[in-house]
Amino acid sequence: MLFKVLPKYRLQALFDALSSRRIIGPVEKARRPDGEVLYGFDAICRFEDLRLDYTTTTHSPKKFFLPHREVLATFSLSGTTWEKMVDDNAYLPVAFFGMHACDINALNKLDKVMIDSSYPNPYYAAKRRSTFIIGIDCVPQPQCFCRSMGADTVLHGFDMFLTDIGGDYFVEVQSAEAYELLKGAGTRDPSSHDHALFMKKGDMKKAGFSCQVDATDLTKILDMEFQAEVWLDWGKKCLSCGTCANVCPTCYCYGVQEYVDLDLRGALKEMHLYSCNLIDFAEVAGGHNFRPESHTRLKYRFYHKHRGFVEAFEASLCVGCGRCGTACLAGITVPEVIASVRREAQGDA
Amino acid sequence: MHRPFTPPLMHSGREQRPGEDPAGFEYSYMAEITNIYPLTATEKLYQIQLCDSSLRRSFTFRPGQFVMLELPGIGEAPFSISSSPLRHGDIELCIRAVGNLTGFLDRVKRGTQVGISGPFGTSFPVEEMEGGDMYFVAGGLGIVPLRSPLCSILESRSRYGEVNLIYGANTPRKLLFTYQYDAWRRFDIDLQITVDEPDAGWDGHVGFITAILEKKLAGGRSLAHNAYAVVCGPPVMFRYVCDILTEAGLPMQRMFVSLERRMHCGRGKCCRCNIGSTYTCLKGPVFDYWSVMNLKEAI
Repeated sequence: MLFKVLPKYRLQALFDALSSRRIIGPVEKARRPDGEVLYGFDAICRFEDLRLDYTTTTHSPKKFFLPHREVLATFSLSGTTWEKMVDDNAYLPVAFFGMHACDINALNKLDKVMIDSSYPNPYYAAKRRSTFIIGIDCVPQPQCFCRSMGADTVLHGFDMFLTDIGGDYFVEVQSAEAYELLKGAGTRDPSSHDHALFMKKGDMKKAGFSCQVDATDLTKILDMEFQAEVWLDWGKKCLSCGTCANVCPTCYCYGVQEYVDLDLRGALKEMHLYSCNLIDFAEVAGGHNFRPESHTRLKYRFYHKHRGFVEAFEASLCVGCGRCGTACLAGITVPEVIASVRREAQGDA
Repeated sequence: MHRPFTPPLMHSGREQRPGEDPAGFEYSYMAEITNIYPLTATEKLYQIQLCDSSLRRSFTFRPGQFVMLELPGIGEAPFSISSSPLRHGDIELCIRAVGNLTGFLDRVKRGTQVGISGPFGTSFPVEEMEGGDMYFVAGGLGIVPLRSPLCSILESRSRYGEVNLIYGANTPRKLLFTYQYDAWRRFDIDLQITVDEPDAGWDGHVGFITAILEKKLAGGRSLAHNAYAVVCGPPVMFRYVCDILTEAGLPMQRMFVSLERRMHCGRGKCCRCNIGSTYTCLKGPVFDYWSVMNLKEAI
């Protein structure tokens, strides 16, 4: 990897240099009555709106790669025959300005199932490949357990990554395009002092985590405790609303719906992101539901994230961003669920 | 099928790779419903032919695989192919009118053009089964995915030992493919049929298929060597049937099941068909019993 140092006052030059793209970044969305600022990712026109000091966002950047609704195909109908047209819906190149390591890791995980698998998803791939990503370092929040999931640092999947080292940004340069952009932005090569500042920043972040999850042997524990009572308890709490999947940066389950135009000359095939917690997720035509109870669906979600994905791709699908726990109306958090299942496995021994 | 636009600006070093073309993912081969045979009050057999003649010849599948059938504006769903692989792109699908799409299919006339994509999923290893005694056990609609390997085996009958088919339905009126039973028997298949609730004209077996299977295997007959089983039916049936077969000595890796799940893509993306967290569309629908035993909540 190549490293550069970018003076903070030159950041706007970098922003302006990306203006041929649609720039998405963290902005202030609202304030809670107690004054806490709520952030979200949105299109940014003015550099002043960019809030690189954001804590976390309610929604993940997922929606720019896997939109909540997306047209997969359109049809023109005539008599008994029809024609199908498809389009990957990636028209504007996008630049993401300020993505945290967990969210970049989330995209890397989505890449595994969406791109590096049989039947790559072209809609996702087109958006992913035409997006320029600038990462930004972060301060661990109370709900963050990314370090436990190995997602607090990121090695690839971005173009450049900025770390605030006081008056400058320490820049990890990952792509040729990023290198070219930085040429005009007034960077310099890092000194050994810059290296030291960068290392110190990393240590400070490591020390800042208050939330932890012990994920050791989790795949085995989940298998051993498949019938455990504790799932029933969580199932009783769970409202089966699907909010966790909605805010999750890696939940990618979807459903497909087709619509006929009112003039009967055309039709539309649309996907909408779904959630495995919703009651009809595994219901087949005829009414048989493979997961009728709330606890079986909640359990399935944990199995997919922490067991199945590990089996398929050697890594958990969870990045530990903590968004699901914050958003959950019933107050269910991943660290608590995993700890309870682990306690069940440990028993009285 | 055409693609009305050029790909957007791509990153240096992140070029689009083969297989990422939207038209290659979200495709439908134009196909025509050439014939429709009502089998029962709710199930019909649809003969479907791919319209492009060269595609029809090059379309190959293995017994047990499924296709996604799409009716524009109505929906798309997976269906096991019920016909012989030798017939290439002239496929038969047996469909029960039970949901949105299938309810619509129930009302269409022959000549309707549908979209077909696939074939998808795993298949029954019919070549590996050569030389063995075959036990097909089907409950209800379970006969539908079994008909393809059965046809396949009948077409190479000399390469297999005994072929047994035990098939059960709720009532005699719900039995599928009744017109083929005599033909199957002529191919030296030991076909045994049972119903749960007989009607006035029924003079065959009454009771669960497990009773017939147990009777067949009575007398200490061992399936430890050279036997294969193919089991398909409602979820409750699997465990009982597989337990009996296991007791008769049939090793898990020679017992195959075909599972049914909801699917919205068939391509390992939508997660709707996941069992535990295994994609039925990629790792299934045909599993050996060992794999199924290792899948939580499979049967």
